[in-house]
Amino acid sequence: MRASIVKVLLWGYAAFSMTPLLVMLLSSFRPTSEIFDRPIGPPSGLGNYVKAWTEASFSTYVVNSALVVVGAVLLGAVVSLLAAYPLGRREFRGRGMFAAYFVSGMTLPAHLGVLPLFYLLEGMGLVDSLTGLVLVYAAGSVPFNVFVLTAFFRQLPHELDEAAALDGAGPFATFWHVMLPLVRPALATVVVFQFVPIWNDFFYPLVLMRDETKLTLPVGLTHFFGQFQNDWGTLFAGLVMTTIPLVVLFVLATRQIVAGLTAGMNR
Amino acid sequence: MALGARRGQGGNGSSYLFLIPALLLYSAFVVYPLFTGLTYSFFSWKGTLRDSFAGLDNYAGLLSGAFLDQLLPALGHNALLFAGTMLVQNTLGLAFALALSRVRRGKRALQTMFALPYLVNPLVIGYLWTLLLSPAFGPVNALLKPLGLAMPWLGDPDTALPTVIVITTWQWVGFPMLLFSAALGGIPQEYAEAARTDGAGSWQVLWRITLPLLKPAMATVTILSFIGSMGTFALVYALGGSNGAPAGATDVLGLLFYRTAFASGDVNALGTSSALAVFMFTFIFGSTLLLERVLRRKT
Repeated sequence: MRASIVKVLLWGYAAFSMTPLLVMLLSSFRPTSEIFDRPIGPPSGLGNYVKAWTEASFSTYVVNSALVVVGAVLLGAVVSLLAAYPLGRREFRGRGMFAAYFVSGMTLPAHLGVLPLFYLLEGMGLVDSLTGLVLVYAAGSVPFNVFVLTAFFRQLPHELDEAAALDGAGPFATFWHVMLPLVRPALATVVVFQFVPIWNDFFYPLVLMRDETKLTLPVGLTHFFGQFQNDWGTLFAGLVMTTIPLVVLFVLATRQIVAGLTAGMNR
Repeated sequence: MALGARRGQGGNGSSYLFLIPALLLYSAFVVYPLFTGLTYSFFSWKGTLRDSFAGLDNYAGLLSGAFLDQLLPALGHNALLFAGTMLVQNTLGLAFALALSRVRRGKRALQTMFALPYLVNPLVIGYLWTLLLSPAFGPVNALLKPLGLAMPWLGDPDTALPTVIVITTWQWVGFPMLLFSAALGGIPQEYAEAARTDGAGSWQVLWRITLPLLKPAMATVTILSFIGSMGTFALVYALGGSNGAPAGATDVLGLLFYRTAFASGDVNALGTSSALAVFMFTFIFGSTLLLERVLRRKT
């Protein structure tokens, strides 16, 4: 008896949790006039998506966002991977200091340096540039990436380096041929974890980007909401387009996400 | 072992080579701006030109009448968001985790549904709820009208902040739920069984055994909620714009910093906003350390 009440409450909350997202999805397929007529109703076509894609320059926003995310995640992963290898596996002077220097970045509120960052990028001619955003995000991803990858490198068996050294491999050959193939699962975690915050980030582009053709999705969305205020169908379609890549990623990478969440838990 | 040590020595130089790209990138775009930002706060500025050393004048400016009238309400709203998050979101998250630990069928599906909104961009969440709660055409008010409960949820200064708390809860409740679920999974079944053989009822098991053992997880959730509540920006920006509409009822520190730095028209905007940034960091970091001390105290 009590158990069934609990079950009803749980499924009730699940409905509350899902309904807004379902309304968003459903409404994105309905013309605005119908939405105003009746808030809930059957879907009827892709018109809103066509309009958001062509008239509201979502095509530009999506391409910019994709370029920035892919560029930043790759750059951040590559430099962190290179740094994590000696930090996790080699003896050298100052290792502990370097590790602390990188990882301390996880506690620093990077947003607070945004003004000097703006002038730094301005001096380099990188304000209003996708390259500038890529550099900023890649740099911001270094602390977490180095932390995760160093821990992963450390737990690979020691015999590996010894065997590679006996075969005459130098540090670069060992890194490339022995370590890189083994570190792939950790690399996947890092990529998945950086993708979401970078795709969603609103603050840096709000400050650093002015040119309409260089906007990424979040800031583009704020312009779009001003422009299409009364065209709800198109607004819903825009919201769905901003959300879909993350849902796809989640479905593809649930295992990595859950593993990463639980790994950070018992710290 | 000797071989390993010798190899390590030989590779000393190349170890630094591996570090260089990350060092350059991270130092230039994360560390340098943060520390320069700190120095900015000790100068007075004329636009983008550094004027003269100002000591703590910019910090004193934060406490001057006009600015304080914005700073205190913003800080208060952050604090209320934190309180609301603890009271509503984290309590619900704990309740869900406890309830789910007894559910066999459909547990995974429920967890996924609870946690799904957390994947969605806060900006999207903000805009979505603006539409859903719209007084004229929103489905929420359409639903509530027959009950006589239709309200301009986000348009009325009295209901705006509580509405933000509900929306935040809707988005994030999966997070405490997952953390508490994992912590519950780590408690050996034998504890509760032993208590029951000693005659404890299920409430007693909950109060005396389960909840005390969840303390470390509660500390983690509290600290992360604090940092999240203090740093909130995109959601409130989408819901009320950079001024925290209606009538500043949803203004928070993040919005105030953004306005001061980029939209104040003050010649000394750089000085004031840098001082504000340093104040925010010190306040958040200091409070977090304090929370750590208090919550993780061994009793």
